[in-house]
Amino acid sequence: MFAINLYDFSGTVNSIHQWLNARLTPGWATAAEWAIIGISLILFVAISVIILVYVERKVAAFFQLRIGPNRVGKWGLLQTIADFLKLLMKEHITSKNADKFLFNLAPFIMVTAVFLGLGAIPFAKGLQIFDINIGLFYIAAASSVGVFGILLGGWAGNNKYSLIGALRSGAQVVSYELSIMLSLLTMVVFTGSLQLSQIIASQQDGWWIFKGHLPAWIAFIIFMIAGTAETNRGPFDLAEAESELTAGFHTEYSGIKFAMFFLAEYVSLFIIAAVGATVFFGGWMPFHIDDWAAFNRIMDYIPPIVWFFGKVAMLIGIIMWFKWTFPRLRIDQLLVLEWKYLLPLNLMNLILVSFIVLMGWYF
Amino acid sequence: MNAIVRYFAGIFKGLKTLATGMKVTGYYFSHARKEIITQQYPENRDTLQMFERFRGIVTMPHDENNEHRCTGCSACEVACPNGSIEILWQRLEDPETGKKKKTIDKFVYHYSMCTLCNLCILACPTDAIKMDQTFEYAVYDRKELTFILNKPGSKVRADVKE
Amino acid sequence: MELVKQQRDTASDLKTQEYFVNMGPQHPSTHGVLRLVLGLDGEIITKVEPHIGYIHRSIEKMCEHDNYRQIVHLTDRMDYLSAHINNEAVCLAVENALEIEVPERARVIRTIFAELTRLASHQLWWGVMGMDLGALTAFLYGFRDREMINDIFEETCGARLTMNYNVPGGVMFDLHPNFHKRVKEFIAHFKTKLPEYDDLLSNNVIFRQRTEGVGILSKEDAISYGVTGPTARASGVSCDVRKLHPYSAYDRVDFKEILMEEGDSFARYKARVLEMWESLSIVEQLIDNIPEGDFQAPTKAVIKLPKGEYYQRVETARGELGVYIVSDGGKSPYRLKFRSPGFSNLFVLEKLAVGSKIADLVAIMSTIDIVVPDIDR
Ligand code: SF4
Ligand code: SF4
Repeated sequence: MFAINLYDFSGTVNSIHQWLNARLTPGWATAAEWAIIGISLILFVAISVIILVYVERKVAAFFQLRIGPNRVGKWGLLQTIADFLKLLMKEHITSKNADKFLFNLAPFIMVTAVFLGLGAIPFAKGLQIFDINIGLFYIAAASSVGVFGILLGGWAGNNKYSLIGALRSGAQVVSYELSIMLSLLTMVVFTGSLQLSQIIASQQDGWWIFKGHLPAWIAFIIFMIAGTAETNRGPFDLAEAESELTAGFHTEYSGIKFAMFFLAEYVSLFIIAAVGATVFFGGWMPFHIDDWAAFNRIMDYIPPIVWFFGKVAMLIGIIMWFKWTFPRLRIDQLLVLEWKYLLPLNLMNLILVSFIVLMGWYF
Repeated sequence: MNAIVRYFAGIFKGLKTLATGMKVTGYYFSHARKEIITQQYPENRDTLQMFERFRGIVTMPHDENNEHRCTGCSACEVACPNGSIEILWQRLEDPETGKKKKTIDKFVYHYSMCTLCNLCILACPTDAIKMDQTFEYAVYDRKELTFILNKPGSKVRADVKE
Repeated sequence: MELVKQQRDTASDLKTQEYFVNMGPQHPSTHGVLRLVLGLDGEIITKVEPHIGYIHRSIEKMCEHDNYRQIVHLTDRMDYLSAHINNEAVCLAVENALEIEVPERARVIRTIFAELTRLASHQLWWGVMGMDLGALTAFLYGFRDREMINDIFEETCGARLTMNYNVPGGVMFDLHPNFHKRVKEFIAHFKTKLPEYDDLLSNNVIFRQRTEGVGILSKEDAISYGVTGPTARASGVSCDVRKLHPYSAYDRVDFKEILMEEGDSFARYKARVLEMWESLSIVEQLIDNIPEGDFQAPTKAVIKLPKGEYYQRVETARGELGVYIVSDGGKSPYRLKFRSPGFSNLFVLEKLAVGSKIADLVAIMSTIDIVVPDIDR
């Protein structure tokens, strides 16, 4: 009924839209579309987090000369599902003097923020929930709402460890937000648009990481560092530094509320990787080399959705590699890194890029 | 000017050390098949070979006639630092001479207290006890960790002199 | 402390409140059941108060009821990472009191085992140090290399951790035939892995920043607090018992006493890493020169120490372990006191940590390298 074209989803999307409109009043049709989007997003998040947690554990294990999960199901594939079920069945513990309302609200804020962020990600050609003209800005804005969850969760738990964790995280996210935005801004100077579909379209003839040469590389490195910090992952996991603060801001959480923090962390990891893939690696654009027509055709043969997830997987892999290699920074060093290194470099890079674009010195 | 050079040199040096670190972990990641060192424990039970000196539990070997070498001299009981061994002995009439003789009744061994220090083995004058290499003794009740080492109906071997 | 005051003065209209945090007894970086009561001003530590005794097992009292052979195995349970060296300390004390001549072979075997123990302990410490600072992978690498040493121990002694390999008069068994081969394999293996330790942590810019200039222990403080071991040597205090009062076979091997000047966490770290090289070289020098002969000197069935007081000190992986025996002529000591390195080293923490951040406290605690059962005994 709905022919799925792996190379262009707009046909599928349109036919669903028409099918619904033919049967329902326009208002109900829109509502039904929302419902479909919502359900598919939730499914996507659930599945991708389960996969990501499994991959993270396996990757960590291989880094550490271990086998990793291998008991539940073949190669331990069902391990994360089992863990999730365990978390679902666990008791909810709220400490006596906790601020109950905020305590319960915090995980939802985290999850809501990451869901909002997912809205603008272009998964493949024609597969994007909404394509607004300030897409990049919107994602950054939405994902930074998540810090409220951390702050509230840390405050409401009535635990000093979580409070310290939350305050650290507040300082951290506020500063790294700057870097992440500035490094994306440098790329926006190249692309000339904040709209994600336009950014991808501008990479038709080559990804920005190649076209933008040195400045793009600098921006990319800064983006990766700041992105890791933004997702609160090691070596920037100060908010939950387990050797210092036991579990940081989510010390007091248990059961499914804890799982929500976990979920939010992994989805924001996905978002950062997706934004990186979109801006620097052409999103779902296949890899093309100028005039190797045959090669380009083979590359075109791989569906865009595979390209997109492949690039995201690569970036996630790099971020995981960071986490499983480096020691953690201290809070003051974290801020020094941002304000003394990343920010000035970013600004210099921005000037450099503006100059390059003015002179047309990019491919 | 110098400060600027130092600033950038610092950045590059820092990035280089980070890259060296990533190279090390990256090597292990990419050679995981070769380098993984963990063992799959319950699965490798059949092939798992403990070292022959490994101290797992104190046992008393019996031969095919259900005879052991323990005379009940209590040397091991004295040597044990934590009272894991209790020798209960009895006086039995020797069928040949008709005299009453002290022999072992029960060799009670509390595995739950034993620190596997090997002192009892060293103390035993007749080499009646030895260390065994088995180690799977997890139970639900510590009563199950008290063993009687001499088997029921077993006797002291005739050639063992006190 | 200065910093705290300064901040208070500049922000005098801002009311801040000092608060207390219980670090431990269950906490990932207290390495066991140690409880630290921290006074904090924001992230800055104003007070550290170690509360010990959570795993006190009264080993010293138990020793008063055990005979001299039985005491040895209790010392395994003190600093479990230096089990062999602790055993050796008690045995040496007893041997010196009885004036037993320990066979050459036993002395060399003891020395090799002591150095392997030191290596194993430092490897574990290195891994845990990485983990405390957030480099989780380092932990497993440290354990991988330690595993080889544990196998060597297990093959010869029959146990991996609580080996109880020493007996008064020598060692319990002769070396296993595979011993040479395994030790050589280990040396070859570890010589390639030790540079990796540097790549992963020592040279890492984040690690450097986390440790350099953090928790500086001055030479004077190190002496007055009675700090020993690598912790003190990193501050320039020459206190290596192996060098100053050689025992077993240390008088015939050639090794350097690692001395640092800085006294900060990185110096303590570096001192231990360099010590690993020294230990490797000691093992290398001895492994081919183990004299033939007995591995145990004959001793009486019941060991009775003549009336008097005896003291023996050895260098464990953490510092100087002293065994002080008061004997009334019976078969168990009248009183036995262990001077454990961990206890003295721990209490310098307050000196080092005040004024720094929580994250620094973790780094400092890691580099002091405490083992809680050694402190509590
Ligand atoms: S091994 Fe040691 S603790 Fe165990 S029974 Fe023998 S002497 Fe006692
Ligand atoms: S096991 Fe040996 S030492 Fe113990 S009672 Fe029997 S003969 Fe004596």
